[in-house]
Amino acid sequence: MRTVFSILSDAVAYGMVLFIISIGLSIMMGLMRVVNLAHGAFAMIGGYLASYALRDLGVHYSVAILLAVVGAIIASIPFELLLYRRIYRKADPLMQVLMTIGITFFIIGIVNFIFGPSLKPIPLPASLSGPLDIGFRMLPTHRIFVIVCGIVVALALWLLIEKTEFGIKLRASVDHSGMADALGIRTEIIYAATFALAIGLGAFGGVVGAEILPIEPYYALRYMVTFLVVVSVGGAGSILGALSASLLLGLADTTGKYLAPEFGDFFFYLSVIFIVFLFPHGLFGKAHA
Amino acid sequence: MSQMAATHIPHKRNVPFAQEAAGAMAILALGAIGYFLFPDDLAFLTRLIGIAFLVLSLDLVTGYCGIATLGHAAQFGVGAYAAGIACIRGITDPVALLAVGLFAGTVMGLISGALITRFRGLPQLVLSIAVGQLVAGLANKLSWLTGGSDGLSGIEPGKVFGVFGFDMYSRTAFLFSLGVLVITFILLKRFVNSPFGLMCRGIKDDDLRAKMIGVSIYPRLVAMYGVAGAVAGIGGALTAISTGVVGLDSVSFERSAEVLVMLVLGGAGHLWGALAGTVIFMIFEHIVAAANPFHWMTLVGLLLILIVVFAPRGLIEPVLSLWAKFTRKGEVA
Repeated sequence: MRTVFSILSDAVAYGMVLFIISIGLSIMMGLMRVVNLAHGAFAMIGGYLASYALRDLGVHYSVAILLAVVGAIIASIPFELLLYRRIYRKADPLMQVLMTIGITFFIIGIVNFIFGPSLKPIPLPASLSGPLDIGFRMLPTHRIFVIVCGIVVALALWLLIEKTEFGIKLRASVDHSGMADALGIRTEIIYAATFALAIGLGAFGGVVGAEILPIEPYYALRYMVTFLVVVSVGGAGSILGALSASLLLGLADTTGKYLAPEFGDFFFYLSVIFIVFLFPHGLFGKAHA
Repeated sequence: MSQMAATHIPHKRNVPFAQEAAGAMAILALGAIGYFLFPDDLAFLTRLIGIAFLVLSLDLVTGYCGIATLGHAAQFGVGAYAAGIACIRGITDPVALLAVGLFAGTVMGLISGALITRFRGLPQLVLSIAVGQLVAGLANKLSWLTGGSDGLSGIEPGKVFGVFGFDMYSRTAFLFSLGVLVITFILLKRFVNSPFGLMCRGIKDDDLRAKMIGVSIYPRLVAMYGVAGAVAGIGGALTAISTGVVGLDSVSFERSAEVLVMLVLGGAGHLWGALAGTVIFMIFEHIVAAANPFHWMTLVGLLLILIVVFAPRGLIEPVLSLWAKFTRKGEVA
């Protein structure tokens, strides 16, 4: 029972981190049809900035998160203007893969040149470290913080996409960008805003998830595949899909590591092959023509 | 592409012996330059040839069939491990080991082809990654067979044709690899210009139209994957024979990504492009990565971005158009 509970809490926390980072990628893929392998690189930029702000500038944790998110978005603007615009909605996935791998390598090289190639710890504030009593069990406060963050992100995104005017325009652009353009929706602005939102969420997830996915020099490469798999399993552009895929894969991975650590990622990828083979458009995804 | 296809359909199907001989001579000449000018770097050059097989193999599926894959190192690694294990278990003849690698690579290619070519786009990419990672996970897990993270060592192949033993300067290994490369290259050249190869190119250009004229796409792509697996398997076996060790890096995701970079650098869809990309990339890596791995990553990233933006068809394309201009001028004169 004890093991089951700790597996569950770890799995949910891990799944929530995956969700916060991957949901941005998922929305981007659903709207712009860009296989953005560099998503983790922007999360890494956020993590590095937060680590720098906390350890060298000595600011508060919340300020560091804000700095990381804004910093990552600012850093991503030139990439959006110069590079990503060229590959939005282009059919050839090979060119998208190559360009975004190139961007990943480039960012890894530059970021480690500036901040130095070492593990970047993100120290937690006193209010988030240590255990919290939730009545019948003690849980690390940080786990609960991450889970709450995930739920808030999911709800906020749902509100944004389903209930606001921006969301209506975004959905229109997803369904038929040409028609949305013709109706006077400035799709390039929608694209840019979505891109910034995706990068911001990635950076946010990178910082709050640093306890679970530590920020290190090859972060962008190490988790590139994981984020892509979450989106592919959940279905591009679906919040519910990304949430369920994150929790499912988090559970598969954590259970595997608790019960059969010597197998490593084996079960994770085996389940991925099965799911993708059976549901090529993801659990909740729609087929794109 | 239509222009290219037109030039590839001769009225009479002659085998272009002169062209093949020229190609073989060109590779041999390059090999001779390497052999005589850089006698201290032969081990590196042998590794380069091994990787060249993998890039050629990737060219078959990515360049000729348009399949985006990030797990191609699986075929290479399986070939390398199969040859290594066979060698330790007593099969020491290098040619037999090549056959083992070829067979293992083919089987792996058929399996991954059956999984990967079923879909297009994102599912295809994710499946290719997952297959690659699965093989990497197995190679790590089955340590009683593969040596796990320590790698498989103690591979001591016998003499080539019972005459030439492997020396510590890699002379035999280099010449043996070069010979196998020339033979494979010529065979592949014929293969990609065969009706089968041309049809694969047709599927890449427009799979719907190919379906309309009655081509069953899936079996062809799986067969192509099998051939690609065979080529990669030979490369893996050669690397295992010449270096004497097989590590987890030979099945890693990084290896798969790297060879994709090499292929696109040279030019996907051209066998010469694959070779050129391998040579340029490996030599640069040899020089720069030794100095600082992060500068190397920045450079590779920048290079990739520049290629996609300015030369999406690789460095071979300007060379080819120059060549075409040159030969056309010759015809007019």
